[in-house]
Amino acid sequence: MTHETTVTDGRAQTTQGRKFKIRVERRLDTPAWWNILVPVVSIALALLFGAIFLKMTGYSPIKVYAIMFKDTFGTKYGITETLVKASPLLLSAVGVSIAFRMQLWNIGAEGQIYVGALAASWVALTFTGLPAYIMIPAMVLAAALAGGLWAFLGSAPRAIWGVNEIITTLMLNYIAIFCVEYFVYGPWRDPLSFLFPLSPMFPKSAWLPCFGNTRIHLGLVFGVVSALAVGLLLSRTKWGYEIRVIGENPDAARYSGMSISRNIILVMILSGAISGIAGMCEVSGIIHRLQAQVSAGYGYTAIIIAWLAKLHPIGIIIVSLLFGGLLVAGYSVQIYGIPADIATMLQGSLLFFVLGVEALARYRIRIIRSSPKPVQAQQAADDVAREIT
Amino acid sequence: MTQTTVGFITAVLAAAVQAGTPLLYAALGEILTERVGIINLSVEGIMLVGAVSGFLATVATKNLAVGILGAAIAGGIIAAIHAFLSVSLKVNQVVSGLSLSLFATGVSGYLGKPIIGVPAPVSFKPYPIPGLSKIPVLGQMFFKHNLLVYGSYFLVAFLWYFLYKTRPGLHMRSVGESPRTADSLGINVNAVQYAYTIIGGALSGIAGAYLSLAYAPSWIEQMTAGRGWIAIALVIFAVWNPLRAMVGAYLFGGIEALGFRIQVVGATISPIVLKMMPYIFTIAVLIITTARSATYKTEAPQALGVPYERE
Amino acid sequence: MPQNENNIIEMHGITKRFPGVLANENINFSVSCGEIHALLGENGAGKSTLMNILSGLYKPDEGDIFVKGKRIQIGSPRHAIEAGIGMVHQHFRLVENFSVAENITLGMSTPRFRLDMTAIEDEVATLSKKYGLQLDPRAEIWQLSVGEQQRVEIVKMLYRGADVLILDEPTAVLTPQEARELFATLDRMKATGRSIIFITHKLDEVMHVADRVTVLRGGRVAATVNKKDVTSRQLASLMVGKEHSATLPEKDSLHSEPVLTLSGVTAYGDRGTIALDGVSLQVRAGEILGIAGVAGNGQRELTEVITGLRRTHSGTISLHGQNITNKTPLEIIDSGVSYVPEDRYGTGMAPNLSIVDNIILKSYRSPVMSKGPFIDYDAAKRHAKELVERFQVKTAGIHSAARLLSGGNAQKLLLGREISSDPKLLVAAYPTRGLDIGAAEAIRSILVNQRNQGVAILLISEDLDELIRLSDRIAIMFAGKIMGTLNRDEWNIEHIGLLMAGVLDVQDEEALT
Repeated sequence: MTHETTVTDGRAQTTQGRKFKIRVERRLDTPAWWNILVPVVSIALALLFGAIFLKMTGYSPIKVYAIMFKDTFGTKYGITETLVKASPLLLSAVGVSIAFRMQLWNIGAEGQIYVGALAASWVALTFTGLPAYIMIPAMVLAAALAGGLWAFLGSAPRAIWGVNEIITTLMLNYIAIFCVEYFVYGPWRDPLSFLFPLSPMFPKSAWLPCFGNTRIHLGLVFGVVSALAVGLLLSRTKWGYEIRVIGENPDAARYSGMSISRNIILVMILSGAISGIAGMCEVSGIIHRLQAQVSAGYGYTAIIIAWLAKLHPIGIIIVSLLFGGLLVAGYSVQIYGIPADIATMLQGSLLFFVLGVEALARYRIRIIRSSPKPVQAQQAADDVAREIT
Repeated sequence: MTQTTVGFITAVLAAAVQAGTPLLYAALGEILTERVGIINLSVEGIMLVGAVSGFLATVATKNLAVGILGAAIAGGIIAAIHAFLSVSLKVNQVVSGLSLSLFATGVSGYLGKPIIGVPAPVSFKPYPIPGLSKIPVLGQMFFKHNLLVYGSYFLVAFLWYFLYKTRPGLHMRSVGESPRTADSLGINVNAVQYAYTIIGGALSGIAGAYLSLAYAPSWIEQMTAGRGWIAIALVIFAVWNPLRAMVGAYLFGGIEALGFRIQVVGATISPIVLKMMPYIFTIAVLIITTARSATYKTEAPQALGVPYERE
Repeated sequence: MPQNENNIIEMHGITKRFPGVLANENINFSVSCGEIHALLGENGAGKSTLMNILSGLYKPDEGDIFVKGKRIQIGSPRHAIEAGIGMVHQHFRLVENFSVAENITLGMSTPRFRLDMTAIEDEVATLSKKYGLQLDPRAEIWQLSVGEQQRVEIVKMLYRGADVLILDEPTAVLTPQEARELFATLDRMKATGRSIIFITHKLDEVMHVADRVTVLRGGRVAATVNKKDVTSRQLASLMVGKEHSATLPEKDSLHSEPVLTLSGVTAYGDRGTIALDGVSLQVRAGEILGIAGVAGNGQRELTEVITGLRRTHSGTISLHGQNITNKTPLEIIDSGVSYVPEDRYGTGMAPNLSIVDNIILKSYRSPVMSKGPFIDYDAAKRHAKELVERFQVKTAGIHSAARLLSGGNAQKLLLGREISSDPKLLVAAYPTRGLDIGAAEAIRSILVNQRNQGVAILLISEDLDELIRLSDRIAIMFAGKIMGTLNRDEWNIEHIGLLMAGVLDVQDEEALT
């Protein structure tokens, strides 16, 4: 299980009758400081990789990175926009992280965001007279239910028949997006929007309150609270314990009497509900109406965030901020003719650099001194042997 | 049956083959990959990179062969990253595949920015096979297509033969079934896994190029629209068998083709609902395939997704 | 340089280190043509490591290997096969979904491309007939019994023209009768000039089949001797430092009340075949019922139906008269059944979680360990510390991951957890498998202790000596059936062996004698 894997033969450097060997072997346990070093090295490598890519396609990496940095963390607008973009990322990353804890591959956060937005919009557009203190909770609830239902659809086949949930949750993303399209092109299209696929504006009571005069809305608070709550759930409660055991070893979970299929469904519903709220925040906090595009792939980015943060709630908050910044940076470089996809590329490559660096960190290089033979034990065995032969 | 009904059905069948071919290439690629025990979930991203690089290479050289080669190489490169992460570093294959899919999607968007809306200088044109294309219905369905479609026929036949009737086929399957056994008999597990993962990626790249050079000759962002994921579902449906993948691909292609054509006939279903059909169908097929048979579990390569480490 | 012309294999000064372990130290080992050479030693003595080096799986850190007088580097299993060395591992290297013939041709280099399976099947049939190894070349491996699978492994090596055949603990999976057949086959191979290396820790087998013996202890050669020059007692003292402890104290249990009763239990295995076929048995309070049998004859399924992890197709299972058939695992745990599973890391623990988290695996729901929806981690830590002390578990601390525990310590902790709930019934599957002698003895004394306190224990083991030492009664399983249940005064090894092979049931046996 934990044997060495490669042996580099740096053999036979004899000093004072002792042999030294260099060998690469598996670590049993990684020291704590790796948890800092791995992300730092990975970010550096991803930036280097992006730089090479930019250079090859004819841009100056230093200039591009400078613009990206300045326009996100260098201005007040950049910082607030980063927080705005981080809000849905944070929520859906928390959502997927809890599913990932159980080795459930919920790739459906994107769809769950869309149906969450759809359900929240339905509340806002149908019950227009509600006061804000009822309207907002009702929208949150509707979004959570819809997101939960969507995740349930994706996971029930897994719980019942063992159907691969990666594919079902992913297919449901496309279906969710078409559902939203159906409403904004059809029944809900605002007659005043000319030909644009937009619903009418929500009543003011359905707008999530913002902080000061920024665009930062209550969704950020929802995100932070949900991260902390999920952290508490996992580390302190019986249900969280079940989730961790099932994720680590489903056979042990079954052995100890936990119901796996029940947990698959419950965890997926919770996961989908949180992503659904992310969708509600986008329509209620920013655009104040439903439109065909609710999310710019936030549900997919959330997967990377959750994994980069090693599913750790505090880590998720930090990485979401970083990725919010990357999104803002992606938009800002567009003005200079550089495709915003550079941000997606950097995000994707960041994860595989983390995977790679982490895997390499599992090995260590050791210099081994082969000790002179201990004679006594061998002597004893020889004695017995001599006695017999 | 009236003349028009026959005409309609024939047209749908022919369109099913056209729409099914990219799924087929991608599914064949994934079958090869999974047969050696590696799950590559980046098919969607690889198809996008294949589509854009095939297009770029064709624009640069005006040569379709170079375009296909470019797509295959680009797909192979992404798959090679996956192979490195999964085979050499033994990381979680699901996560590696997902991250690469996102990365590759980003790359395709980045590279494709300048060519959005540019028509392909050359593209694959239908080339009816003399004689065969005259057969009623079947001729229309199978023998009035472009060279890539014909290529897929040969590929299916060859891969079926290769997998089940040859020694390299037996060896590669053994790697996906029991890498420890293969290793103990002198089969180089890592090399085999690298090779077929990369070949699988190249085929997915070609699947993407089919879209941008034959099916709808142009580059549109996200033009694969989930076909990569459908191809992965198709592999399960096909129980890792190339012949069944062909049947499945045309079935899925048929659903897609039907969606377009029902509107033409004047049915009153919303076009958006029709667009959902392939995705709903995929879920339904997957549930039926998995739920119905124990064969699914025993036919799946036993070591699928499990990194191999010598004890 | 090779020392003897007649030696087909010579290994000189072989040393192999693993992190934290010196597996082989300066080992000299040789095999001559046409001999059966036993490699004897306890678990962890370095036998398998040495043979894995010879078969190309490991590279030695130091030392030279000579085959037929030539010094060679064996870099991979392929090199070993090319040099004429074939190894049959304890866990077979077979592809379950392939046919016998496909497995046998796997890895060969000819024919290069097109496979004519019919021709290969014919060759396999001829070869297996020649050595009296009955095989259907078209059958798929998963359909075969363990003994048949072993034959496939042997034919596979003969097909490759192996001159030296290494067998790693070949009888561990066989009945005594099957083992005897194997020995006959080995003799036939010896007669054709082949050499056989036979890894074992069983002295009687060595005395039965070997020409020469090399004894390993703690990674070093303790001695190499001719069999005819030694007694098994001398070999035993070479193999281990001290004698085994004696049989456990007697205690009358035969008249106590039954705790577990199975009647006519039938269940299916993973492949949909019948795994339990009308099993009826009883375990009484304060007794150990041993289940003897070759692994794979329904033992795993038996533990699973009792603990609720597998559905019973027909028949009933009851605990203290209460029907627990097809109850959920949780209900069965709550009714007082504890379970030490066969795969301690794979089923009994979540290896990446901490020791504390593993200790509460069964008890986290109980009011003692929880407050409302929350787990009371203070109580959990106290409990973990208590168990670690009570069972003298060596750990790096109760917050370290369970996977860092050694096999023996993990098993002590697992068993400790299972008995800390004061069970009425304890199901223990292969509880000492793979443990060193000290740990195995510790586990055994815990089991006996529990028995003396009145717990009913179902003990499954493949070690007959262990069963005979610990059990009050022994039930023998074969092909999903209970072949017979014997009391202490009724059993002898030969009798149990016959039942394990499914040859006779008790009545016929009695009729014979």
